[in-house]
Amino acid sequence: MEKILEVKNISKIYQTPKGEIKALENINFKLKAGEFVSIIGPSGCGKSTLLSIISGLEEKTEGEIFIQGKKVEGISKEIGYMLQKDCLLEWRTIWSNVMLGLELKGIKSKESNEYVKKLLQKYNLYEFKDKYPQELSGGMRQRVALIRTLAIKPKILLLDEAFSALDYQTRIMVTNDIYNILRKENITALIVTHDISEAISMSDRVIVLTKRPGTIKDIHTIEFEEEERNPISCRESPKFSKYFNTLWKELGVDENK
Amino acid sequence: MKTNDRKKYLQKRRKNKILVAVTQIFILIAFLGIWEWMANKEIIDSFITSQPSRIWATLTNLGANDLIHHIQVTTYETVVGFLLGTTLGIVIAIILWWSNFLAKVADPYLVVLNSLPKVALGPIIIIWVGAGTQAIIVMAIAISLIVTILENLNGFLRTDENLIKMAKTFKATKFQILTKIILPANISTFISSLKVNIGLSLVGVISGEFLVSKAGLGYLIVYGGQVFKLDLVMTSVIILGILAGIMYGIVVLLERCILNSKKFK
Repeated sequence: MEKILEVKNISKIYQTPKGEIKALENINFKLKAGEFVSIIGPSGCGKSTLLSIISGLEEKTEGEIFIQGKKVEGISKEIGYMLQKDCLLEWRTIWSNVMLGLELKGIKSKESNEYVKKLLQKYNLYEFKDKYPQELSGGMRQRVALIRTLAIKPKILLLDEAFSALDYQTRIMVTNDIYNILRKENITALIVTHDISEAISMSDRVIVLTKRPGTIKDIHTIEFEEEERNPISCRESPKFSKYFNTLWKELGVDENK
Repeated sequence: MKTNDRKKYLQKRRKNKILVAVTQIFILIAFLGIWEWMANKEIIDSFITSQPSRIWATLTNLGANDLIHHIQVTTYETVVGFLLGTTLGIVIAIILWWSNFLAKVADPYLVVLNSLPKVALGPIIIIWVGAGTQAIIVMAIAISLIVTILENLNGFLRTDENLIKMAKTFKATKFQILTKIILPANISTFISSLKVNIGLSLVGVISGEFLVSKAGLGYLIVYGGQVFKLDLVMTSVIILGILAGIMYGIVVLLERCILNSKKFK
């Protein structure tokens, strides 16, 4: 399969008045097109920083990022980003919210209008297009936020603890929901999470980072027998707990150091 | 169908509301009644305290005292001072939000200016802009400006970081972040600025009129005091109270319009 994203020798040092903080050291990995990869690690290991660097929001100290073989600087148009909260603007209607990305980039057109309309219809949100975010449930809001990101047709989606603000029940549903949407739209996903079971249930591979300065400790390939796998069916598989234990130990040992 | 408990609850609520209103009206009437009665019985000296019937007479005899003209002058000065002070304050807050450097530089000056009693600037303002309406308007601006800057800048800086980050992931420019995120997110800050400023502008105008003026309610109060026409002083104070209430009411009405149209809840 084609390599869509390559992260090469990424290091990050923060300058603060008290001195230098090494956040990331020598990170290397590649993503194949259509792959789902999770990054887990102890809190403060720099996993969110890594995502910000890949998205171009933050400067890197060293290293290079390649998307489809091309070196990128700054914010790439192939990348979509989903944050911890849905970040919907309460003063805008759902329609106006999902159009925000296109509006900010100045690429609103008849085609993009049609495309967004189709997305909303496909994912059962079209009838809510004139409502305001506060009238929607947490799960629906997250779906709106996803469509806002998909509207700019990204090839790679970065999810930064995108579900952690939701309650447990909603979270499982939304994870499943978003997983299916992303697979359907054929998008490559890089997911940062602190939730081991979320990482296993959503991804093809899991990258484990060490404590700060974050380096790659291990990369695990996750495989389930199911032909039509989705996060909820994964959780029922006997392999799930095996993976969970492996990852949990790997993170746990680190904490006891 | 309403249940019995529900009916009882609603009845109790209404009763309570009526009781509060009746008490409020009663206090006002009792106060005016006692005042009038004591003045008539000469328990208090109505030359010094005035009395409701004389205030009423002054009020109904608007033409003779040229009251309408004075009300117009004060209203005009307040509205102009209010609009200029609020607009200028918000514009400066936007500039300071835009430039972190300027905000840092301006910080100590703003703090000092904020705690300085602006009335102390009165004589300086009069010498610089001339004794007249312009000095009074500048005074009104001086009083509301700094508070407006501080409050709005604070609101801008406290806007949810996540919203800004989200906009940045779509390559938003700083101007877009301002117009699409910061300003709409701070509608409630603007409204509270308006509410505070309408009162502050009135304070500025009246203290301005105390210092320098040929017309206006502040002028009437000072003039009335100097010639011991307490009827005039009391009447002016009461009109001022009503004026302040009306202006505040207009701002509240405006707030309701904005909230309803934008679905802010």
